[in-house]
Amino acid sequence: MDIYRSHVLVCGGTSCNAAGSPKIFEKLNVEIKKAGLEKEVKVVKTGCFGLCEAGPIVIVYPEGSFYSKVADKDVQEIVSEHLKHSRIVDRLLFKDADANIITSLDDIGFYKMQERIALRNCGIIDPEKIDEYIAFDGYKALGQCLTQLKPQQILDVIKDSGLRGRGGGGFPTGLKWQFAKDEDSAQKYVICNADEGDPGAFMDRSVLEGDPHAVLEAMAISGYAIGADMGYIYVRAEYPIAVQRLEIAIEQAKEYGLLGKNIFDTGFDFDLEIRLGAGAFVCGEEMALISSIEGFRGEPKPKPPFPAQKGLFNKPTIINNVETLANIPQIVLNGAEWFSSMGTETSKGTKVFALGGKIVNTGLLEIPMGTTLREIIYDIGGGIPDGKQFKAAQTGGPSGGCIPDEHLDTPIDYDSLLSIGSMMGSGGLIVMDEDNCMVDVARFFLDFTVDESCGKCPPCRIGTKRMLEILERIVAGQGVQGDIEKLERLGKNISISSLCGLGKSAPNPVMSTLKYFRDEYEAHINGKKCPAGHCKALLNYIINDKCIGCGACKQVCPTDAISGDKKEAHLINQNDCIKCGACMDKCKFAAIDKK
Amino acid sequence: MIQVDQKLMREELISFIEEQKKKKGPLMPVMQKAQELFGALTIDVQELIASELDIPMSDVYGVATFYSQFSLEPKGEHIVSVCMGTACYVKNIEKIMDKLVDVLGVEPGETTPDNKFTLEPTRCLGCCGLAPVIMVDDQVYGRLAPSDVAGIIVGY
Repeated sequence: MDIYRSHVLVCGGTSCNAAGSPKIFEKLNVEIKKAGLEKEVKVVKTGCFGLCEAGPIVIVYPEGSFYSKVADKDVQEIVSEHLKHSRIVDRLLFKDADANIITSLDDIGFYKMQERIALRNCGIIDPEKIDEYIAFDGYKALGQCLTQLKPQQILDVIKDSGLRGRGGGGFPTGLKWQFAKDEDSAQKYVICNADEGDPGAFMDRSVLEGDPHAVLEAMAISGYAIGADMGYIYVRAEYPIAVQRLEIAIEQAKEYGLLGKNIFDTGFDFDLEIRLGAGAFVCGEEMALISSIEGFRGEPKPKPPFPAQKGLFNKPTIINNVETLANIPQIVLNGAEWFSSMGTETSKGTKVFALGGKIVNTGLLEIPMGTTLREIIYDIGGGIPDGKQFKAAQTGGPSGGCIPDEHLDTPIDYDSLLSIGSMMGSGGLIVMDEDNCMVDVARFFLDFTVDESCGKCPPCRIGTKRMLEILERIVAGQGVQGDIEKLERLGKNISISSLCGLGKSAPNPVMSTLKYFRDEYEAHINGKKCPAGHCKALLNYIINDKCIGCGACKQVCPTDAISGDKKEAHLINQNDCIKCGACMDKCKFAAIDKK
Repeated sequence: MIQVDQKLMREELISFIEEQKKKKGPLMPVMQKAQELFGALTIDVQELIASELDIPMSDVYGVATFYSQFSLEPKGEHIVSVCMGTACYVKNIEKIMDKLVDVLGVEPGETTPDNKFTLEPTRCLGCCGLAPVIMVDDQVYGRLAPSDVAGIIVGY
């Protein structure tokens, strides 16, 4: 094996890829060769580092120098200064919110509070090389399971660990496996649910892109534990990099004899197949997902029978989320006690969150259960940008709710989030500030649900549509007395009478915003005002006395609604104004108010 | 020439179907392959799939109309996908969409008359760190302002 004095890690996650990391990777190799350093320095393309905001990210080891927002033109300097002369390029180093230069990864606030189990290899290994995974104890847990443990012993470890499903429901994983093991059937199946549909969530994608073998290993372990020899990975087609890395990983694992026939010479067979989704959110629901793999419309079915009894092709089946699976090898290696020592009474271990929206450090993070939202948003996330006020944190995507300031100190776990009207969901965490209208956010999620409702059961198909119509009316300034009560009644009925999780949770965004931001609804309906200044129909653009009459707004107005002579205060004709906001964007003197 | 292509593509699809038939639940992979080959699942393509897999046409049509990635009509040369995820939404993707509608002269979901662009609202693209984001074919453009839009489109 070749030994290198320095490793340059380039993030190859979707976000950094989009920001230009493939070119940087290529150019680093070219420049390193030019400098004659190719035997001393190795460039590695890894999975997601997590701090997407700072992408494209390049880390140079052994120093751990964290270069952020690297551009093509910076590559030569990194090679000639840092790699050749050991002079760190200060201007490219990551700077924290107070503009302090951070020299090492370990000093970045974003990483300090994290505990990485599911993400342990993301951003460290090359996901396209099985040897790197093996070097980090990869497939060791599978080896132990097959050669030293009986299936029931594995189940006991998973049960004792307290691991609960990370896809949203939070069902105890060990129990799910036990149900499937107890079924008497010659054919059973294992499914990995990688149909990550929540808008604003990208945890599963990052694990698949950064550490695909961990998922394969866990699936083989679960297959051995319940007696299945076949597994399916159902992954979104919108994730081309993840799919490609999974394909490479499966091929390599088969080559090494870690998948396929007679694994580790134990007589255990396990094969895997990738199935692509085709853009249907409801397929994240387990029964719908099964229908989709079978080749039908992705419509849920009533339960029972549960998938563990009658699942894929009517055989006992377990379905686990990507993040849940990524925890399994570590639990086997380190023991149930190690895992259950982290977290809260009812929720053990860690949770990965995708932090986005109005927050300084957007990206991916993994924290012990029980961390508070305040710690996530302010200590890890770096707070709200542009000096704006925090308004709400949205968890659980279209199934979850908005959490206001007063609940920011709630320690996050499955049960605490439910108790404040939201839910864990798969881990999307979107931060909103004073400029976001909560009625419109509720409308946004309902719009999504209406679009994605499969149409099988009437409460969801018709009920959510009626709720959306009311919300559309309210944001258009046509809300009437009684709308709030109607929304509440509809929401309650849809929740109790829908067939699957999608319908049952669809009213959550409305119910939680009604609970915490009722005043905004009332302002829209009674006062015909949008307090956040977002809803177009309720806004007027008005020129204030800061106007110097430069005429920039007049030029940019698409409807010629602005009048006024040079160097005189201008005026917007409200009848002609289409409220596009172009004038406000153009004005350099803050002379236009949105009221 | 086009007819020759059509014939070759049909043959390729038929041999793919033969391969998939050995597996359980072949319909989705077959339809994904067909869409990749033909660009859309037109009625005659669906009929071919139904007869080769020996299943009712209604099943094929049911699946084709259920999933948003299947299209019954051919799309433009370039697909402009506009992310409608939450992170992009709270960062004003609407303004980017308005600008695209303006620049391309078509409404969301439509294709330009010269068949060059199809404007598509899409589910979360998962690059929330770069919000607001659009994707033209496989190329992602992030941290956008409405003023960036025209420049991106001109490049195609």
